Amino acid sequence: MEYVILGIVLAGVLLLAGLGLLVPRIRRRAVPPAPPRPTETTEEAGGVGILAPERPAEADVVEAPPAPTIETPAPTAGRLIRLRGRLSRSQNVFGKSLLAVLGRDRLDEDAWEEIEDSLIGADVGVEATRQIVDRLRERTRVLGTRNPTELRALLAAELVEALDPTLDRSLKVGGKPSVLLVVGVNGSGKTTTCGKIARVLIADGHSVLLGAADTFRAAASEQLATWAGRVGAEVVRGPEGADPASVAFDAVKKGVDTGVDTVLVDTAGRLQNKVGLMDELGKVKRVVEKQGPVDETLLVLDATTGQNGLEQARVFMEVVDVTGVVLTKLDGTAKGGIVIAVQRKLGIPVKLVGLGEGPDDLAPFEPAAFVDALVGTDA
Amino acid sequence: MFDTLSDRLNGIFTKLRGKGRLTDADIDATAREIRLALLEADVALPVVRAFIARIKERARGSEVSQALNPAQQVIKIVHEELVNVLGGDTRRLQLAKQPPTVIMLAGLQGSGKTTLAGKLARFLAGQGHQPLLVAADLQRPNAVTQLQVLGERAGVEVYAPEPGNGVGDPVDVARASIDHAKRVARDVVIVDTAGRLGIDQEMMAQAANIRDAVDPDEVLFVIDAMVGQDAVNTAEAFRDGVGITGVVLSKLDGDARGGAALSVREVTGQPILFASTGEKLEDFDIFHPDRMASRILGMGDVLTLIEQAEQAFDADQKEKMTAKLMGGEQFTLEDFLDQMVAMRRMGPIANVLAMMPGMGQVKDQLADLDDKHFDRVTAIIRSMTPGERVNPKIINGSRRARIANGSGVTVMDVNQLLNRFSEAQKMMKQMGGMMGLPGSRRKATKSPKNKRKGTKGGSRPRPVGGVPGGGFPGGMPGLPPGFDPSALQGDGAQGLPPGFKLPKIDFNKLRRQEGDNK
Repeated sequence: MEYVILGIVLAGVLLLAGLGLLVPRIRRRAVPPAPPRPTETTEEAGGVGILAPERPAEADVVEAPPAPTIETPAPTAGRLIRLRGRLSRSQNVFGKSLLAVLGRDRLDEDAWEEIEDSLIGADVGVEATRQIVDRLRERTRVLGTRNPTELRALLAAELVEALDPTLDRSLKVGGKPSVLLVVGVNGSGKTTTCGKIARVLIADGHSVLLGAADTFRAAASEQLATWAGRVGAEVVRGPEGADPASVAFDAVKKGVDTGVDTVLVDTAGRLQNKVGLMDELGKVKRVVEKQGPVDETLLVLDATTGQNGLEQARVFMEVVDVTGVVLTKLDGTAKGGIVIAVQRKLGIPVKLVGLGEGPDDLAPFEPAAFVDALVGTDA
Repeated sequence: MFDTLSDRLNGIFTKLRGKGRLTDADIDATAREIRLALLEADVALPVVRAFIARIKERARGSEVSQALNPAQQVIKIVHEELVNVLGGDTRRLQLAKQPPTVIMLAGLQGSGKTTLAGKLARFLAGQGHQPLLVAADLQRPNAVTQLQVLGERAGVEVYAPEPGNGVGDPVDVARASIDHAKRVARDVVIVDTAGRLGIDQEMMAQAANIRDAVDPDEVLFVIDAMVGQDAVNTAEAFRDGVGITGVVLSKLDGDARGGAALSVREVTGQPILFASTGEKLEDFDIFHPDRMASRILGMGDVLTLIEQAEQAFDADQKEKMTAKLMGGEQFTLEDFLDQMVAMRRMGPIANVLAMMPGMGQVKDQLADLDDKHFDRVTAIIRSMTPGERVNPKIINGSRRARIANGSGVTVMDVNQLLNRFSEAQKMMKQMGGMMGLPGSRRKATKSPKNKRKGTKGGSRPRPVGGVPGGGFPGGMPGLPPGFDPSALQGDGAQGLPPGFKLPKIDFNKLRRQEGDNK
């Protein structure tokens, strides 16, 4: 019987494929201009322009003394620098092997291959690695560099460029209220990240309301409530198995009513190939948007994730239009090179990095510091 | 993403057909591609190197078989080697002679230990054991609560003397749990520990202490199938820090290729015992090395496809469709809609297609596939009346305009769909005719003669003695009982097990015609 079913499926697939291949053509002919990608990028570019003034404002806030709460989290400024020691401890293997290569007298094919391997070993991905290394090769040829220090600087510059430091990496907060949606696959650290973001925001003088829209995993809302309790934020919860969209809606509604300036919505982890769950996520966002726009959709990406991270980012981007990535668990041996690929391919900037289990181990992402830690400047 | 290894290798080998033996140059060229495929599947670099070296060794001098082309042959070697490595000495859980058997779970944060503890408990309870879950993750907020909820769902007792959230000593909890298990006569104790990083000395020492306290019969290392190059470091750290006796691969229901499985297997030398494939407690299975090997290589995974299809199509629908196909009835837009909706449930169409062997040839077009187009087609059909769906011939100009308005497309789109559909209808009719079960009333195929179909599909001898019912057009040779995934590996290279030949031709036909339409 099974083969019949398979036969039917195949038939269906083929029919669909035939149509699917055709329809794009029709569409392309029918609607010639407006490919979706460019519009998005211009939007983003526009966003940067509009948001630019927000940055200094936030910097001011950062300098202000932390708001009195149950616990007083340290301010966020310079956190990545403070945590650089931890970052580089785990990552200096990579830096060292690169240095050994770059420090050679001659750069032969083997040396280049080793550089490639090091980047691949950091999960940068084969394609991105090749492009980066090719560009590096060309530049060394043009500049005639043989000096390891200069080479390292070139590589660092290349990596920083791949991360595009000009992108706006601040969180859009301070609306009335601004809504942050936290999404990601299972076990990437969404709930923990939510808790940490809440701390950061409270430290920076915002008032925060948490929405526990992870109604699926056992005890997820309790986990969030524990985090919230530590910083004295309020949590809106629903019963287990409730519609996450309704919980999110209630959270935002309550946020509007009580006049907090940020509502942080935690969602259940979902693998990006589960269509039903992704649809559910789309619904959460749509429902929340009934009360106003979602200001930030943060994708939580585990630094240990390999090439599948790109696929995750792509699918989440399609469904909820991700505006930023939070790279978690960077305190391990993982290098998180996948973010380079994610940013290159999809243009989603990394906004925050998680550097440990401590409540304050969340830092704003700084491309230069990240790359420095990656290639080791002061080694 | 759809660049499967087989397609790449086929590219290399097209020039090399007819050689009697694989030369070193051929092997080197293939090795490069295999390396790339493995790296893209997140197999760790050192493991890739070692693996490639072994492959080269095996491939060198191996006779070119008559049945397989060189690409197929290399793939076969790689696949066999992968299955070997992944599945070598598979074993079951080792139960202690003197109960209780103690199973300890360890892994990174977020790898799925707590969920797995619940699944394992349910699995063991189903086998007649009396498991006890021990909440020794006192680190993460509410991990204890999570385990309690899972235990309740699985109908298994949870030993949680400490509230967690940083309170209590997991080593004490673990130690006390053994006595507790003995007292209440539980024969399996599953100790859930906190997630920890390999480089966190303090936490690794704690894990070692827990291990010493409970003296586990199994230390299962839980690792996420999505993990990238770091898998090696992590596995090494856990191997050295805690000692691992088995591996569990979690989140295999995602679309990651899961190269981590190979890395971990190589580094730890310990077998992969289980695969965790979903969020529900019952989504738990023993590990299938052959499927994993195909998955890592990016070869079509027909078994998974069948499984997904079974989930997506409900029984009634299947029966209805089968009846239609067999009986040579008209294939209507209504059926088409049903199929399309069911397909959408299986995940992104491109992914589903990519699972089919041989689809690599059309990967460029696949990359363009956007599920939105399917939704658009769905919308068009939904804008038709039931009468129109059954009998599209009645759709005249004004109906077309209405349908176009109703679904927000142009009349041209509707026309295109209808034209394509009538083509598809003809095709289905032919296929239905060929699929006829012996004994079932089979209408004479009035199919317009298609030369290629005639030669390749029709004249193929029916597999004899297989399943009653012959096979898919051209003979899907006895798929259910005798279906051996390893049989696919050779064919997988060419991409097309015999049964797929006809669909492929049809597909090409479609493509060509599309070209004409353009």
